[in-house]
Amino acid sequence: MSLPKAMMPTTWILALRFLKERRFQSALIILGVTAGVAVVLTITELMGGLQGNLVARVLGVQAHIVVKPAEDDTRLVRDRDENVSIAARVEKRAQRLRSIDQWESALPLLERAPGVVATAPVVQGAGFAVRGAASRPVVLFGVEAERYLRVIHFDRFIVSGQFRVAANDSVVGIELAKDLGASIGDRIRITTAEGGNDTISIAGIFDVGSRDLNRRWIFASQRMAQSLLNLQGGITNIDLAVADIFESERIARSIANSAGLTVESWMATNTQTLAAFANQNMTTRVIRGFVVIIVALGIASVLVVSVVQKQKEIGILRAMGASSQSIMRIFLIQGGIVGIAGAIARSALGALIVYALSRSLRNVNGSALFAPEFAFSTFASAIGLALAVGVLAAVAPARRASLLDPVAAIRG
Amino acid sequence: MASDQVEAVLRLEGVRKSYGVGTPVEAEVLHGIELVVRNGSFDALTGPSGSGKSTLLNLIGLLERPTSGNVYVQGENTAILDDARLAAMRGRAIGFVFQFHHLIPVFSALENVMMPMLLDRGRRDAEMEERARALLSDVGLAQAIGKKPAELSGGMQQRVAIARALSMRPALVLADEPTGNLDTKTANEIFDLLRQFNERYGTAFLVVTHDARLAARCDRNIALVDGRIVRDPGGTP
Repeated sequence: MSLPKAMMPTTWILALRFLKERRFQSALIILGVTAGVAVVLTITELMGGLQGNLVARVLGVQAHIVVKPAEDDTRLVRDRDENVSIAARVEKRAQRLRSIDQWESALPLLERAPGVVATAPVVQGAGFAVRGAASRPVVLFGVEAERYLRVIHFDRFIVSGQFRVAANDSVVGIELAKDLGASIGDRIRITTAEGGNDTISIAGIFDVGSRDLNRRWIFASQRMAQSLLNLQGGITNIDLAVADIFESERIARSIANSAGLTVESWMATNTQTLAAFANQNMTTRVIRGFVVIIVALGIASVLVVSVVQKQKEIGILRAMGASSQSIMRIFLIQGGIVGIAGAIARSALGALIVYALSRSLRNVNGSALFAPEFAFSTFASAIGLALAVGVLAAVAPARRASLLDPVAAIRG
Repeated sequence: MASDQVEAVLRLEGVRKSYGVGTPVEAEVLHGIELVVRNGSFDALTGPSGSGKSTLLNLIGLLERPTSGNVYVQGENTAILDDARLAAMRGRAIGFVFQFHHLIPVFSALENVMMPMLLDRGRRDAEMEERARALLSDVGLAQAIGKKPAELSGGMQQRVAIARALSMRPALVLADEPTGNLDTKTANEIFDLLRQFNERYGTAFLVVTHDARLAARCDRNIALVDGRIVRDPGGTP
């Protein structure tokens, strides 16, 4: 057998030949790296998939960013001359239902805000749904169907009829329909505290997977909601969709700074979910850290043994002109090769595991709990990580090899 | 003499070597060695066990540094070289033939002969393979180039080792008991081979041996006893 014809550096030839000679050891440690990388990647992909699924569910019925009117401030009653407070007790003001000032001019500005991909004005208020003797409290949303669906893909929750809000046509939740004994085409009376009183006709029924929302939410045409809530021509909030959901908070803050409106991102209203993510991520990091350490120790121990076994060859190479740096490189390369080989070997294996898990972990309704995410960047970073771990793990054994006294090494 | 210095492949000046320096067991093994090896010479280095032969050979082979004194190889003072440059000079100027062939088991005969060139140039090229084939053919192993050391007899292994020692066309080959592990017939063949290369390429050989008959066949016999050169017919005073 001859050396590879490719013009491979001598240190690589030696590293590869030494690895090949200790085939069994090499295979074992590559297997170890494979298992380690598999754990790291699987856990990352699993968490990414699960979190993505949770985010999708949270954001399924919630806009990324909601713009609201500025809150009414509590003004202190002051004595004009003395400039001292007269009131003994200061109560916060009750927030009345009101429209965003100049919303027609604010809308195009929001549409052009960087990162925002869709906007939808919404009229939102409370009321009662009445049918026969049954009466239920509801939250009324007045929307323009086409615009609204671009912000929130609500149409995918429709279980019968369709998402149609125009004139009297409205969309109600499946629980509300059940409570009121109503179905598609039936009419429901809506009353509000603002004095509104009108009849809607059920055009669609939705099921968002939350009993509470299914019982309370009603989507009506914007005009009808405005008249019911006594907000002719007004809207109570503007819902925004952004391109990168984890940028929501930053975008919300920049809009708030420039527009003087109250702006809330889903990240601010779901701090608990995000805190849970942070905890999960921390746990994942700790596990990954330990696995990386174990893998590194495995590589290091195999290479230490190899240095002892190859002591004589190292001495001979030194006598033939190899510098201590070349000897060091030979072992660093071995560490790197073992790391990369493990990472590549795991690629197929890990992909298989995540795929299998995505098939077996299911929601109550039988749909997949998460969609497996095969991000190329994850693989690339796994290979990069394995390479770095391999080389770093090899530093101590390689140093040891490079410091061997050639005379003593040749004698063995 | 100036002409001596030009012709010397190796020159040792006041070389001393101590082990365990600074410890209670400090011991000086070589006591001020003065030695000149001329280009193209064929010298024997003899001496009883414990005389410091191996230590001297390691110093000449640039595997160790003297405690004091200077080692000049081809006129260059090796004391001022850093470890990397010393390793490079060791690879280029000096070839080693050990008592036990010390071939690398995972490589074929051809690859073993190429190894000093591979280490020196950093990667393989066609010219080095040509040279390695020619050398193996010179030592009579044209048929065995693809064999691993374990597949060769003791004499053949030593022939490969000789070809390897010559592959960088060194000015000096250090042979440490090159025939010590071989039967008389093979030993004579190996010795003749060294002589051939000495005459053909003008490579200087320094042969360390216990064998008085072999030493007698060299041009000069440098005898080392207790870390001092006691007899050196061709040496400088």
